[in-house]
Amino acid sequence: MIPELGHFALILALAVALVQGTLPLVGAARGDGRLMALGSTAALTQALLVVVAFAALTQAYVTSDFSVANVVANSHSAKPLVYKISGVWGNHEGSMLLWALILAVFGAAVAVFGANLPDTLRARVLAIQALIGVGFLAFLLFTSNPFERLSPAPADGNGLNPLLQDPGLAFHPPLLYLGYVGFSVTYAFAIAALLEGRVDPAWARWVRPWTLAAWCFLTLGIALGSWWAYYILGWGGFWFWDPVENASLMPWLAGTALLHSAIVVEKRDALKSWTVLLAILAFSLSLLGTFLVRSGVLTSVHAFAQDPARGLYILAFLLTVTGGGLALYAWRAPKLTSSGLFQPVSREGALILNNLLLCTLAATVLLGTLYPLFLDLLTGNKVSVGPPFFNATFVPICAPLFAALCVGPFLGWKRAELWPALQQLRVAFLVAVVAAIVAAVAIDSRSTLAAVAFGFGVWLIVGSLVEFVGRLRLGRAPWAESLRRLRATPRASLGMTISHAALGVVVLGAVATGAWHLEVIQTLKPGEKTRIASYDITLVRVDNVQGPNYVAERATLAVTVGGRPFTVLEPERRLFTVQRRQVAETAIHSNGFRDLYAALGEGDRNGWVVRLYLNPLAPWIWLGAALCAFGGFVSLSDRRLRIGAPSRRPAVQAAE
Amino acid sequence: MRLLAPCHPEGEARGTFEATGKVPRWARDDSKWWRTLCVMIVMLCSLPALAVDPSEMLKDPALEARARELGQTLRCVVCQNQSIDDSAAEVARDMRRAVRERLSAGDSDAQVYDFMVARYGDYVLLKPPFKLGTLVLWLGAPLLLLIAASAILLTALRRRVMAPLPPLSDEERERLRSLLGRDGDAVAPSEAQRSRGGLPGSNKVSPLGPSARGRDDA
Amino acid sequence: MSRRLLFLLPLATLALMAGFFAWSLMAGRDPASIGSVMVGRPAPRLDVRALRDGDKPLTDALLRTGKPTIVNFFASWCTPCLAEHPLFTRLARRDGAVIVGIAWKNKPEEARAWLAKLGDPFLYAGQDFDGRTGIDWGLSGVPETYLVDGNGIVRFHFRGPITEKDVRDTILPFLKSGA
Repeated sequence: MIPELGHFALILALAVALVQGTLPLVGAARGDGRLMALGSTAALTQALLVVVAFAALTQAYVTSDFSVANVVANSHSAKPLVYKISGVWGNHEGSMLLWALILAVFGAAVAVFGANLPDTLRARVLAIQALIGVGFLAFLLFTSNPFERLSPAPADGNGLNPLLQDPGLAFHPPLLYLGYVGFSVTYAFAIAALLEGRVDPAWARWVRPWTLAAWCFLTLGIALGSWWAYYILGWGGFWFWDPVENASLMPWLAGTALLHSAIVVEKRDALKSWTVLLAILAFSLSLLGTFLVRSGVLTSVHAFAQDPARGLYILAFLLTVTGGGLALYAWRAPKLTSSGLFQPVSREGALILNNLLLCTLAATVLLGTLYPLFLDLLTGNKVSVGPPFFNATFVPICAPLFAALCVGPFLGWKRAELWPALQQLRVAFLVAVVAAIVAAVAIDSRSTLAAVAFGFGVWLIVGSLVEFVGRLRLGRAPWAESLRRLRATPRASLGMTISHAALGVVVLGAVATGAWHLEVIQTLKPGEKTRIASYDITLVRVDNVQGPNYVAERATLAVTVGGRPFTVLEPERRLFTVQRRQVAETAIHSNGFRDLYAALGEGDRNGWVVRLYLNPLAPWIWLGAALCAFGGFVSLSDRRLRIGAPSRRPAVQAAE
Repeated sequence: MRLLAPCHPEGEARGTFEATGKVPRWARDDSKWWRTLCVMIVMLCSLPALAVDPSEMLKDPALEARARELGQTLRCVVCQNQSIDDSAAEVARDMRRAVRERLSAGDSDAQVYDFMVARYGDYVLLKPPFKLGTLVLWLGAPLLLLIAASAILLTALRRRVMAPLPPLSDEERERLRSLLGRDGDAVAPSEAQRSRGGLPGSNKVSPLGPSARGRDDA
Repeated sequence: MSRRLLFLLPLATLALMAGFFAWSLMAGRDPASIGSVMVGRPAPRLDVRALRDGDKPLTDALLRTGKPTIVNFFASWCTPCLAEHPLFTRLARRDGAVIVGIAWKNKPEEARAWLAKLGDPFLYAGQDFDGRTGIDWGLSGVPETYLVDGNGIVRFHFRGPITEKDVRDTILPFLKSGA
């Protein structure tokens, strides 16, 4: 009964989305206030209906209702409750429902928080949002119905992919989708603006919080995914340039570029058509990611069950959304003219450089991800594009980006001089150079590149702080004065400083753990010991352990430093009994500056293979990423964005 | 498309707890399992806790280090975007052994790559070779950057020729200096943010006139 | 005008990409396929011990007899090998094909038992217990099958089990033409 209710709610939601996607558009075109007002009501109704559908599916999972095919395929009665819930989106149908849910909730959020938007803009944004929703709801109902019944109902289910039975991966998809889907709002704003033929600073001010929110969630989602890979895959890597990772990185890069270019529109009424394009691209790249994961055109470690028919549907949808958006763009964008003039050396110039480099990075990832497909189709030649390629192409482009990142905030709008800005950064430059030299001499004389990259990380942190300190006149003005300045600092600038410095933290973590980690792979019998850095590690014993839905071998590794007990690590290898599948459960001791990381390999009479890593600064990767997102949230809390209620100045007219 | 995929022993052989032989009982006895098994390769490849193990390592640490580095750039041919160094697959293990044998025989890195490419094609290289077919891959993005950057610069230069920005006159500089001198007390937060840094930043002293007026924050 | 074209550029890029995606989906491209570089080249070195007691070791000479030869890598633990096994049996009995079978990563006694149970279609049977020959042949798993012509050149390569269709469309014509 309840699954049918969910199914029915989904059908109703589609009907409501159809209304929401059409009538407000007509209303906006005709200036009919009643039709426009329909948008908000419909958005709330649609969200409510999808919530009902999602709750119905969740209920089926929680109560292990095995008359629902989707539950049978992806759940099992012996599974812990939290994974029963995360199982809802741990499969194709359920994750699409989550997409639709987040989409509808974002639509409702626009209706609720968009009170200050002009009626026509709000109506159009909601309609576009609903049209995207129509696509997803129809996809769900016609190709991927999660409520399909199974008769007779089997006694138990097949269980969830064990790799997904993990706290990291349980909450990775919702965060990621909040990011992906968040860009749908940005997209809707861009299309609405093109329809209105008007992009102005007020528009940019309205778009920015949505972009920021999406960007923050995406940052967190990517970081969580990377953290998961780090501790589950068992060899301490954190980024693998897998197509699915790349698929999430591309919208992030485009979204980051958009965040910056939107500032130029907001403050300087320039870069309009470019910003609109980025807004379309950020969401298009999110859709592309979905297409790549689900269509089966590329292989990936993470790919969902792949089905060409679904692939064609998503491709058609991708084409409609992206193609429609870009066609509208090609038609209307040339009319958008900017009034703000500026010199190449200026804040605007720096932000353009930022956008150029970020887009080049995105293009590198896109090309690298899709090239094997292109080449195979055109010539039949098979190539692989893996980490060494991206290290050779992606990383070098980061260098000018990072170099410029600290300089930009010192440049004034419209026109600036480079030299004074650089002079203010000389401390940061010196510190960075010293750090690089120290790294090259003291840590690793082999890898100069890593040392230079380390220097860049330090440069980002110190450079951002120098700018902040300069703004507060810390040390140059009385304390009270600095404090007053701190309070007066807009949250947006504070967020910028945090996020920029956080990027440096990520770089430091990535470089240090990537280049300077220590590794010991050894076969140990119980009682035998090995050593990594100053840690003596003894394999005490290996036990068989019974988990709720798995059996495991658990090693007990006693770690001592200088003969004194330090900690105990207990890495496991789990065999999930339902799926007959193995998952490594690593043990990590982190002190915030380094991870002592242990994974258990195969064992027999000759002992157990134990893999030990000492990963310097590894926690900083995720700490930095979280801090980066935090900076975004700080910026989001800026009063000007929250209540700002920017009213359009009649003088600023974009068209003509 | 082929209905049946080739099967690989890696998972069964290395994945069970009963170390009784190459294949666990449940995979041998029950033939319906094979389909699932072949699908599972994906996941089994991603169990690198079982990758490189001590028994296969070379005595010479320098040579072993080279083998590890090479291993990270060679693709495990049954896995999805995994290097042989990270993979638990049986073929990956064989490939690792082949790499070590070649190195022990005195091969250079290039010779090891040639050895692998002769058997598995360019597919085995995680960093595609630079040749005609991969020209766009290697040069596409940088070229795009170059074109976009020069287009932007050209436009900027042209605009400059058409409407040159007058440099600040001495009088303006004086005004600016006095304004900046006062900014500690008098300037609102948003303005403070703006007039920081490079000298000619503030809107108030803009020589550009109203056309370039920015939005006010307050 | 050229400015307008510039704005069309994103749409054109999308069209190009979508074209490739559609092509890939329609053509049913298998992204996991790794292709083979062996086709058109002389067969790799063959030097393995015989599987059956008393047989002579298998060498390159077997592949340069002037007769087309089928080389099949199999294993007793490999279930897809079960699926294709009857086809090889028929090829050997009815069509008189010369088939070289190599047991890959398989204990010889297990491979022998497997063949004893299912029937042995192999004129020559070898063993590659440690997988070295597999690497030389660019093998990624079992079953894999190579069609080698009379001059020792590899003409076709199948990854995964051969099918009725493969036999009809490729293997039988190959055996006839190469004879």
